[in-house]
Amino acid sequence: MAVEALDVATAATPADLARRTAWRSRAWLLGLSGALALSVVAGVSLGAVRIPFDDVLRVIGHHLFLVPEQRSWSAPRDSIIWEVRLPRVLLALLVGAGLATCGMALQGMVRNMLADPFLLGVNSGASTGAAAAILFGISLGLGEHVLPTSAFLGALAASLLVYAIARTGGRVTSVRLLLAGVTVGYALQATTSFLIFASDSAEGARSVMFWLLGSLALAQWGGPLAVVAVVVLVTVLVITATGRQLDALAIGDETALTLGVSPERFRTALLVLVALCIGVLVAASGSIGFVGLVVPHLARRAVGSAHVRALPVAALMGGILLIWADIAARTLLAPQEIPIGIITSLLGAPFLLVLVRRLHASSSV
Amino acid sequence: MITAERLSYAYGDRQVVDGVSLTARTGRVLGLIGPNGSGKTTLLRMLYGSLHPTAGRVAVEGRPLASWSRRELARKLAVVVQESGTESTLTVAEQVMLGRLPRLGTFQRTGAADHGIVVDALDRVGATHLAGRPFTALSGGERQRVLIARALAQEGEFLLLDEPTNHLDIRFQHEVLDLVRGVATSALVVLHDLNLAARYCDELVLLDRGRVAAAGTPDEVLDPALLEQVYRINASRAELDGHPQLLFRPLHHARSHA
Repeated sequence: MAVEALDVATAATPADLARRTAWRSRAWLLGLSGALALSVVAGVSLGAVRIPFDDVLRVIGHHLFLVPEQRSWSAPRDSIIWEVRLPRVLLALLVGAGLATCGMALQGMVRNMLADPFLLGVNSGASTGAAAAILFGISLGLGEHVLPTSAFLGALAASLLVYAIARTGGRVTSVRLLLAGVTVGYALQATTSFLIFASDSAEGARSVMFWLLGSLALAQWGGPLAVVAVVVLVTVLVITATGRQLDALAIGDETALTLGVSPERFRTALLVLVALCIGVLVAASGSIGFVGLVVPHLARRAVGSAHVRALPVAALMGGILLIWADIAARTLLAPQEIPIGIITSLLGAPFLLVLVRRLHASSSV
Repeated sequence: MITAERLSYAYGDRQVVDGVSLTARTGRVLGLIGPNGSGKTTLLRMLYGSLHPTAGRVAVEGRPLASWSRRELARKLAVVVQESGTESTLTVAEQVMLGRLPRLGTFQRTGAADHGIVVDALDRVGATHLAGRPFTALSGGERQRVLIARALAQEGEFLLLDEPTNHLDIRFQHEVLDLVRGVATSALVVLHDLNLAARYCDELVLLDRGRVAAAGTPDEVLDPALLEQVYRINASRAELDGHPQLLFRPLHHARSHA
């Protein structure tokens, strides 16, 4: 690795290097976009009932562009593809992309490569909100949206609380943020457990599990999916656009400041955006762990750690990863479904081990 | 020109900087010296707006610091701080490109002109061959070079450095300060080493417990009697190539003679 870097360094001018990294990240973006398109089709095709790829393409083509114009397939098949699986695959894509983007932004702004979007206690807040709604039957007249809404409110309240705690003493530093997140996370987890324990409703407890372990089963066309799409898109675009500021902040507050970026104001703005995005994601799909922690590392390995390049790559990778994790969740024990959070954690834990070993190895050099 | 007027700073009730006035003139290299805890870094941080003085004021080009936006200030002052970002794995070229940050709009992409400036900055500090290396894999001396290159890419008019020779061996200490003299017309350097200060600075400000103990040319400030008062060590002065150089007597030696 070091030898290779040395060779590159002596052989090329900085301009060559810049061109080479630009090409490399373009190649990754192109390749990943292709893989994402394939994953979407695979995600719709694979499941308890397997549907041939060309059927999938025909149904999607028919609904989107009226190509082909005439239906040559059954109504149930149409409904499985268009009403059940496609929204679910799209939700997986959006949630994965959002988690990966937010994870990378958080890792940069708290300068800790083991940071995770759920570090802010947002997922615990969502679970608590959902648990309260289920167990106390809080009805806000929101009908079917009552659960996601209270999960979202719980998530938002949790991040506000984390931020308020981190702010005591005036300055929001990385360490304060981490400590506050962990503290609030534990307190809310305990609250959720207590709520489940105190109620006798087995049904309620099972619903709370949905938020604790994550699931994409609620996906359907409509307002909530549109909200997720808009929020994820805006988050990815805005955070990528501020990638250079994030690079500076990732080096240090003092460095950011001397490069014209007010570290606290920028960190707070990012935090608000990330909390909103994670809140929406958790409300839609529960807490799906490890994606926001692991994917940013994969993206950095692929295109380097400059955020302008790494963020879009992380978003694509996150989307692809979650689509496949959801395929596994639906098919491994079909017709039963495994909560997707279990899949991502099983995949993520060994990865984290490798990462820790690598960090250890590189720091001892 | 940076001017400080009766600047004070207190951490709680501990007065770290106490009524310091100084002027860093354009075209000169000003050295800030003093014992550990004398307030050098705190003073420097007030000069570039990282700390707000508890009393007194700072002006850059005659304008009060508070009236400068962060970005505006970053285009005027390039600062090399003691912070290397152990978790950040940017390459050297990317690190130097960050110097363009205060001059780029949020959605603006880096262009050929920016790349040219980065190439030039790396060339001026002799770090072109490092461009593709991860910044964190560099040695201390190389890092310092790259950070100076980043400061050059900022195209500020004033260069501020916080102990740029820390942890460097003697050869690199001289290389880095030689570089600063070579590339910067106007600089303000916090230094530990009095002989380096004597060699590379046009003017010195000696701080002692938050106050200015002496200010002037190295010849005026590096007075053995004064240094003995401030540092509580016995020094004798020699001259090398027209610069004052100091030699220090070990403490037990001084005591045995007392």
